[in-house]
Amino acid sequence: MSAPDILEDPPLQLYEKRKSVFPQKIDGTFRRLKWAIMAVTLTIYYVTPWIRWDRGPYAPDQAVLVDLANRRFFMFGIEIWPHEFYYVVGLLVMAGIGLFLVTSAVGRAWCGYACPQTVWTDLFQHIERWVDGDRNAQIRLQKAPWGPAKIARRLFKWSIWLVIAMATGGAWIFYFADAPTLARDFVTGEAAPVAYGTVFVLTMTTFVLGGFMREQVCIYMCPWPRIQSAMLDEKSLIVTYKDWRGEPRAKGLKKQRGPDELWGDCIDCLQCVSVCPTGIDIREGPQIGCITCALCIDACDRVMDKIDRPRGLIDYTTLEQQQLEEQGKEAPPAWRYLVRPRTLIYLTLWAAIGLAMLFAVGTRSRIDIGALQDRNPPYVQLADGAVRNGYTVKLRNMQARPREMRVSLVGLEGGVLWTSEGSRELADRDVVTTVPADSVQALRVFVAAPGEGAEREAFGLAVEALDDEGGADSDEIYFDRPETRR
Amino acid sequence: MADTKKRIDEPTGTETVGHEWDGIEELNTPLPRWWLWTFYATIIWALVYTVFYPAWPGIAGYTKGLLGWSSEEELAEEMAEEAERRAPILEAIAATPIERLPEDSELLRFAQVGGESLFKNYCVQCHGTGAAGGKGYPNLNDDEWLWGGDMKAIQYTLEHGIRNPDHDETRFSMMPAFGRDGLLSEEEIADVTAHVRVISGQADPSEAAVRGAEIFGQQCAVCHGPEGAGDREQGAPNLTDAIWLYGGDTETIRQTVRNSRYGVMPRFGARLNPVEIKMLTAYVHSRGGGEDFVEVAENPETEVDERP
Repeated sequence: MSAPDILEDPPLQLYEKRKSVFPQKIDGTFRRLKWAIMAVTLTIYYVTPWIRWDRGPYAPDQAVLVDLANRRFFMFGIEIWPHEFYYVVGLLVMAGIGLFLVTSAVGRAWCGYACPQTVWTDLFQHIERWVDGDRNAQIRLQKAPWGPAKIARRLFKWSIWLVIAMATGGAWIFYFADAPTLARDFVTGEAAPVAYGTVFVLTMTTFVLGGFMREQVCIYMCPWPRIQSAMLDEKSLIVTYKDWRGEPRAKGLKKQRGPDELWGDCIDCLQCVSVCPTGIDIREGPQIGCITCALCIDACDRVMDKIDRPRGLIDYTTLEQQQLEEQGKEAPPAWRYLVRPRTLIYLTLWAAIGLAMLFAVGTRSRIDIGALQDRNPPYVQLADGAVRNGYTVKLRNMQARPREMRVSLVGLEGGVLWTSEGSRELADRDVVTTVPADSVQALRVFVAAPGEGAEREAFGLAVEALDDEGGADSDEIYFDRPETRR
Repeated sequence: MADTKKRIDEPTGTETVGHEWDGIEELNTPLPRWWLWTFYATIIWALVYTVFYPAWPGIAGYTKGLLGWSSEEELAEEMAEEAERRAPILEAIAATPIERLPEDSELLRFAQVGGESLFKNYCVQCHGTGAAGGKGYPNLNDDEWLWGGDMKAIQYTLEHGIRNPDHDETRFSMMPAFGRDGLLSEEEIADVTAHVRVISGQADPSEAAVRGAEIFGQQCAVCHGPEGAGDREQGAPNLTDAIWLYGGDTETIRQTVRNSRYGVMPRFGARLNPVEIKMLTAYVHSRGGGEDFVEVAENPETEVDERP
């Protein structure tokens, strides 16, 4: 970014002042695509927590709920327990590979269209244009001295931003509690302090990041553009200025510039720079500031139409395509670049993880037994010569209804078991218990067996559900006896 | 390192810092303004923090801060809150007779957990952290009880202790030292020992055991019962089972007969309040050997409600 005029007097500055960006309003294919994506993403964000999903009387009826207090994650028909966090890890891995896939295929499409920072900045900029006017009016207002009119406009704009920011931060908390209840409590001041704190923090981050920091977030703060630089290759779609076609550029209308062959198609109208939300000049080539929102394509195409030149001076191309075209060769169409080994490998990986997770979720067991042997003491000598061991047995019922389960001994000849509610006199080789809905029941289990036998004998504790749905699990554990018997 | 010669780097338009290492120079790129402001803001935050919160160490203490906050006070407040929260349930335990405690599972659970923590303070020194005892200290997990294993009996033992010389209500009994006091000769002691080994299933019948049975009937049956099954009224252990407080081998039994045993347990009524005793009782009873009210089942007239 060379700007020769500031070289003359370079006072040592402690900081680099942000160069304000005043993106101009533009309409076109990609602008409409951005509107559509903004509408979809914002709708998903605001509406999702309010979707209801009937799970019966023992579980919340919110379709998507991250219930931190009870450590459950609900997503439509799927309920995730904390010990199943690997599904979430799988989702994150999928999101990562998905970004690789998208980046290698269509470049920084995430940055340009779907990233929340982009979406909210776009929204804020639109409001800015509505309040202050388009690019030139904004620049004038920026330069104007502070007076009542400017203050009023600024306050008005900031208020609207703040309202949107509050709505943004406000919507976030509904993912973590029952939305209608929380909304009522929030308004009446009865919600938890953490709810207000979260809303405040997210309001302020939205306000500051979307209203003031904008492209600086992408350039300085976000790690993703840096990673993407390494992920793009010569076959990835990027927004590029075709310099072989545009240069040498010349200002003014075509007819005033002399013979056609002397000049390129670029008339240096700076439309591409004016509409850019990050304030870069795409004609300098691919750069970290470019989020590939493609608004410059919209702007340039309009100009090309006006001066009767073919569209696409600035276009989605790949570097390879660009080189071929420059040499006058015919380049394959852009979509051909989407299908290549690299994207296919990413897609395969991504789909494989997704399918594996779907399979795992579909077939996972919804009951579970875990036994932990008492360590102190490991065994207890009973009066009649038998030996008793104690266990903490945890029965996990992951269904949203109480379930009757039978816990039984596997192996351990002559052994009996009973819980703290039972007694050895009435003990048998199994016990039946009802595990409450969607919870873990810890049972204190005693097992007694004849004193003669191995010092450390392996046996199993099995659980089976006694309803129609069934399901079973078992855990292997040990039975200890005194070291020497007289 | 070369001379200081700052210059403007042409491609970037940024000043260099003026140092050069083998032709490599460093640009003095300015910080983004937002970064610098954030940095200043953290400094201001730190200064404001030191004014309001305890911060600066001094010779005789530290600055207390304008808010007067201290972690110790916070802890004290939290403890007080917790005590207040527990008060009603402690009152409920106090008002419930020990034998009625199992009827309220919430109270029982609370008592057991509280009892566990008390046990770690007052009991583990002798009975061990797992309540498994040791030589001379009974294992509280098993199903043999010297003085009774129902809640009422455990509570009484805890409250009044065993063989406390300065306390009338203490559990008390005393086995004669048959050898030391000359009540039995060494041969007779060996015979009795042989008999005890037989009735506990550890040895096969022998002539010595037959002789010992006679002596047992005269000397031991008074307390241990004619079958040797013990008597909880006197804390006389059952000699026919597999559990031995001091050991069931021949030498240990001989020693016991010769010199007797005199285990002592402090009475906790003197240092714990009734609620704490109840909680300890519930915990000990829950260790696996706790008995239901056998006395009540066998004899309905047993005075279960006498000491609420």
